Parts: sequence; structure tokens; C-alpha cells
Amino acid sequence: MSFFTRLFGKATKSSDIAKQRLQLVIIQDRMKLPPDVMDNIRDEIITVISKYVDVDVKGIDITVTQTANHSRLIADIPIINYKLTVS
Amino acid sequence: MNSTVITVTSGKGGVGKTTTTANVSVALALIGYKVVAIDSDIGLRNLDVVMGLESRIVYDLVDVVDGVCRLKQATIRDKRVKGLFLIPAAQTRDKTAITQENMISVCEELKKDFDYILIDSPAGIEQGFKNALAPANRCIIVTTPEVSSVRDADRIIGLIEAADKGPSQLVINRVRQEMVDRGEMLDVDDVLDILGIELVGVIPDDEAIIISTNKGIPATLEDDSLASRALKNVAYRVTGKQIPFLDLHQPLNLFQRFSKLWNRG
Repeated sequence: MSFFTRLFGKATKSSDIAKQRLQLVIIQDRMKLPPDVMDNIRDEIITVISKYVDVDVKGIDITVTQTANHSRLIADIPIINYKLTVS
Repeated sequence: MNSTVITVTSGKGGVGKTTTTANVSVALALIGYKVVAIDSDIGLRNLDVVMGLESRIVYDLVDVVDGVCRLKQATIRDKRVKGLFLIPAAQTRDKTAITQENMISVCEELKKDFDYILIDSPAGIEQGFKNALAPANRCIIVTTPEVSSVRDADRIIGLIEAADKGPSQLVINRVRQEMVDRGEMLDVDDVLDILGIELVGVIPDDEAIIISTNKGIPATLEDDSLASRALKNVAYRVTGKQIPFLDLHQPLNLFQRFSKLWNRG
């Protein structure tokens, strides 16, 4: 530690910076589902929902969000028509 | 025979997988177990030189898989330690020369004769890693206290759990205690907070390891350095024994003591 950092206050330790950066980057790493898995989830959700309602396939938006403690899958599926009987 | 297959892996290259595999294998054999170390890094073999057995290679793992020789012919006995053996990788082929099924069947055959089968995994997360993981009962993850290495370790731990080969055990390698004390290197607790797996070893950054690799004599076989003792402790913990972790503070010489006094602030 240099004379000046000692005189004018404590410099942040590089190990603390390393830990903070790691925690952030690992949250991002863990969040990502492989693209093919996301596609499968999307296709299967569409199949199930389509049994009951007509959905706007182009307008579907499926994302995974991440907070410090948990992940959340959010599906936004526009409905075009309700089906009267279950096929 | 009650046999355990342990894959030593890391994701990132150059963190000490091969050194750890060699030394833990030696240490397990010194305890009295019958041990075989397998180099699964096809095309980039190194376990043979780290163990100092490179001049004894006749056949390799790919020869066994191709049916060129029997498994026993490719299994080199280390004459320095009772119960220690090596199966080298091929140097002139690549990862596609063996499959996961090959690795599983080789290990099944070895299980009849050995207490511990240690597999030195190649770096990366591709086929070579998957081959090394396929026969594993559990894994040892080697990391250094650096951002890139810990990040890759986290990724590998996730893949191992997804393949149902967990829970993994962690070895933190190349710890420089004086840097940790200055707050300029991640400490053991930092790494454990992030990775959240069981710790089985903390190995100091010790020039004894480079010297032993130069000579082809694993540190655990020859010297009583701090790194050597730490690696022997990994072997004991692998067998399930609970032993305390070493204090990695090196005794200071006169100059270091003086400069420590000077820098105290």
C-alpha cells in the first residue's frame, strides 16, 4: 500500500473487487439456459396452451429473469381465440 | 473390490489438475491403497512426465480401446511406490479416439483390481471432459484463487451436477498466503462462498512443485514441503478422514520480518 493511500484513506482490496465481480458474473452464467432448451420449453408450452386456446405464436415472449436468490421464468402469450371445446 | 473412480477436472487449463492427480495418486498409494491414474488428455498427455514414467510407455489408453493390446499391457507399474500404476494417454491421436463407453468399460475392468481410479481430465467442457466424467463416481475440482479459474470451476460444477456425478470436492491450488494476508488474493472462504462445495485441499504456491516436476518425482514421494504435506492431506480427506487444514504461513526470514515491521501501518 502506498504512502498516499495510507494517508488519505483505505483503498479497496483487490480481493474484495475480485469477489464482487465473480459473484455478479456467476449469477449471469448460472442464469443462462442453453438456446435449445429454451426452444424446447417454448414449443412445449405452446403445445399445451394451444389445446385450450388459439395463441399468437409470433407474439410469444418467454424469458428467464434472475435476482440474487432465485430465477423466474416469465411467459407472455397473447391469446387470439378461446376454444369452446377441448380438442 | 470396493472401488472408487474419481475424475480430477477444472474447466480452465493450467490450474494444476495433472499435478494434483499425480500427487494424490502417490499419496493414496503411500497410505496403502492400490491406485491407478489414467491420463485422459488424448493428444496432450502430461501425467506421464509429471509422474516421471514417460520412458516406460509402450502402450497407451487408445491402444487398449483399439484392441492393439490388453489393459494390463498399457498399465505401467511405478517401481518407486507399492500399489501405484499409470495408464498413459495417446500422444498422436485426438479426443475422438475414445468414447464415453470406452472409458466406462476400461474403468469397470480396473475396478476389479484397484481401490482408487483417478482420471486426469483435459481442460475444457467438450468431449474430452465428457469422456473423463462418464465413469466417475465423484469429482475433484481444482481451482486457483483467481477470477477466471473460479468462474470456470463454477461452470464445471454445474455440468457435473447436471450429469449426476456430484457432489464434487474442491482443491484450491497455488494459494499465496502473503497475498491473501494483504487482501490481494481471494481467500479460502471467498472461494467457498462462491462455489459452495466441500473443501478437501488448500495447496500453497510452492516452488517445490516445479522442482519435483522438473525431476519427474512427485513432491509427495520425495520432499516434505508445505505443498507436499497439503497434497498428502487431500489424499486422506478423499478417503473420508477428517484432518485439520495446514497453516500456510511460511516462516519469515530476517529481511521479511524487517520489511513487515516497516510496512505495518
